[in-house]
Amino acid sequence: MTIGLLLDFFLVILALAAGWWTIGAKDSFGAAVAFVAYGLVLALIWVRIAAPDVALTEAAIGSGLTGGMLIAASTRLESARQATRAGSVTRRLAIALSALVAAAPALAVLGLPDPPPSLATAAMAALPSTGLGNPVTGVLLAYRAVDTLLEKVVLILALLGTWSLAPDRLWGGLPGRKERRNAASPLTLLGQVLPPIGIVIGLHILWVGADEPGGAFQGGTILAAMGMLAVMAGLVDVPATSRRWLRLLVVAGPGLFLIVGLAGFVIAGGFLAYPAGFAKPLILVVEVVLTLSVAAILLLLLAGPPEREPPR
Amino acid sequence: MTAPALADMPTAGGFLLVLAIMLPIAGVLLQFMLGGRQAERIALLVMPAGLAVAVAVTAALVRSGRPLVYHLGSLAPPLGLSLRADGFSALMLMTTALIVGAIGLFARADFATPTGPVEARQPFVFWTLLLALWSALAVVFLGQDLFTLYVGLELLTFGAVPLVSLDGRAETLTAALRYLLFALFGSAFFLAGTVLFYGEYGTLDIALLAARTHPDTTSAIAVAMMTAGLLAKTALFPFHLWLPPAHAGAPAPASALLSSLVVKGPFFLVVRLWFGAMPGLTDLPAAQLLGALGAGAVLFGGVLALRQPRLKPLIAYSTVAQLGYLFLMFPLAGGEGLPASVRMAVWTGGAVQAVSHAFAKAAMFAGAGLIGQALGHDRIGGLRGVGRALPVTTFALALAGLSLMGLPPSGGFLAKWLLVRASIVTAQWWWAALVLAGGLLAGGYIFRIIAPALSAPEQPLPAIPAPARRREAVVLALALVSVLLGVVPFGLTTLLAVGSPAIAHIVPR
Repeated sequence: MTIGLLLDFFLVILALAAGWWTIGAKDSFGAAVAFVAYGLVLALIWVRIAAPDVALTEAAIGSGLTGGMLIAASTRLESARQATRAGSVTRRLAIALSALVAAAPALAVLGLPDPPPSLATAAMAALPSTGLGNPVTGVLLAYRAVDTLLEKVVLILALLGTWSLAPDRLWGGLPGRKERRNAASPLTLLGQVLPPIGIVIGLHILWVGADEPGGAFQGGTILAAMGMLAVMAGLVDVPATSRRWLRLLVVAGPGLFLIVGLAGFVIAGGFLAYPAGFAKPLILVVEVVLTLSVAAILLLLLAGPPEREPPR
Repeated sequence: MTAPALADMPTAGGFLLVLAIMLPIAGVLLQFMLGGRQAERIALLVMPAGLAVAVAVTAALVRSGRPLVYHLGSLAPPLGLSLRADGFSALMLMTTALIVGAIGLFARADFATPTGPVEARQPFVFWTLLLALWSALAVVFLGQDLFTLYVGLELLTFGAVPLVSLDGRAETLTAALRYLLFALFGSAFFLAGTVLFYGEYGTLDIALLAARTHPDTTSAIAVAMMTAGLLAKTALFPFHLWLPPAHAGAPAPASALLSSLVVKGPFFLVVRLWFGAMPGLTDLPAAQLLGALGAGAVLFGGVLALRQPRLKPLIAYSTVAQLGYLFLMFPLAGGEGLPASVRMAVWTGGAVQAVSHAFAKAAMFAGAGLIGQALGHDRIGGLRGVGRALPVTTFALALAGLSLMGLPPSGGFLAKWLLVRASIVTAQWWWAALVLAGGLLAGGYIFRIIAPALSAPEQPLPAIPAPARRREAVVLALALVSVLLGVVPFGLTTLLAVGSPAIAHIVPR
């Protein structure tokens, strides 16, 4: 038995344990914390199966951002912490359904051909035409660019849906409550020390994404996390949701992507096609702006619907 | 198989498909950025442009007799993504463009942007999501790659759910949350099936899958998961629990969009999956199961519609029932050696049912909105005399009801007649009995609305503020279209035959 196999075995046990902990946690806060741990274990598993891009995303989004949202939601729902337990029939039905949903894909996976048919070779072979070195970025921004573009619009709709929960009179106002700045708090120290480092790491992950694991989504998430840290420490405040520059920042990424895509009709013979030799620079520009938009949207999603009067 | 590969070469005019999706997307981005009054203006500008694109797509299909295909990024599947419009897609695009336009005009009074620099919540969210839903439906109708279609479903969910709770009342928030949970479960199931398909066949392109798929355990599980997810999103019985509170609680123009168009998106993908990605499925007993769920929907929805004390929940339960008919397509189009003419009749019947219900239901919810505003309530017990106060709206409700009941000469009649005929030809008489029973139930619940509306009021109605005539005209126009679909079916049959998988895949397998 090799070390690798032992490690895999250990990770599987950890994942199952973290999953069990998430479901069995006494209150929603405990479940949210367990979910963060679960996400981190999953990220390690992605690393083990040689999918570092997915691992980064899992850690940043699945664990970090979602975890942050869940914890924030559970502290909001202080009164509902001791959630009412469902009746025994409902619980048994839920268990049976979950078992079925877990068993069916497991059975299906066992039936998959070995080796599975894959587009990986085709994706690598077409990569030189894009000038990129990371095939994942090639898939996201060239081969399946339209999916990435539309997913960013989904994010904007999610943000709009979140904002729509505000009362009419607070529309356009500031999200969340104003955090108090407390110079003695360790959060303040973290909020001052971490963001400069985090911003560099976020930009690095964005920049290397063209050739190494990383890219706009992971980079944007790290930037959003740094922003959130500064907000939580009370060092800065989230801007009012009616601010024109903020709206521009949110749509800039998908907007530029769409413009580049439409320009493809004229300069490259098709929508979302890149002219030969200009693919990489165009993709990089799109990715930089996408990163900023992703960071802004994620930060605003974390901040929640407007809760303070809009500026007059 | 060379035939499917040939069929999916890019065609002239394929760029129209890009425009059909990206025009409303560009609108959404501009609306979000410019905000305020511009949200409504941009929506009103995109409407005629989007309608023109839908007309151009339809015209190109009819002229060439072949589907439109476009390869995004000039890269062919399986590595690249393609968009494709067959006759059914074009018909759904036209329907969407017309209903979005009509409901947009209708909603101007409900969601007028206040003058001044300050943006208001409800108008901004409504006008932005109107275009968002349009783009989502265009992706669903044109996407040819299962993952692109997944993204389309996500757009659809996030465009639809906030509309349910637009007025911010606690009960509509609960309804929206329940809808969101059903829709997210549906998305997760669809995605899981998509992953399995890629693992087994190495492609997500529907045309390529059609040539590669074979029924084995993995494919069966993949299709079952995706279908279950889509049924949850389209609210087929017994997954309909979320629909009545959501559709009845939303503001009238939003209800009209949700009930006429949004639930048709996931249904369209079930058709794409069962007839397109995995042809031959309709020969299996599973198709009978889909039909049985449809039957459950027709009966259960019809009976519950009869028991509703209020107008909007009645119309919402009617949607539950009418969605059931759509799923009769699956058992009726199957069977070995079924002549192409019967398959095509079933295909046409399903498509016409989807479209005529869309127009009829948009008319009914919009009309119910006018009645609710005029009376200040929508209790069916208090509808006496409405026919005198709002004659045009009452007439429109009756016309739309004609189509729901399936009486001639409406679109609903044509659809149900085609389905009944097919069930007799294929010796599955029980489906014919179901369609007739469903028609009786529909007759019952329509009568519950129309009879009191036409009777004299017991006491003089309070002074009813006359709604703008233009709003009543929109409701009447929508109802008229749902009826006229039964009168001019010939062009429809030609259009629906273009690229139809119902007749493309009768090659023996």
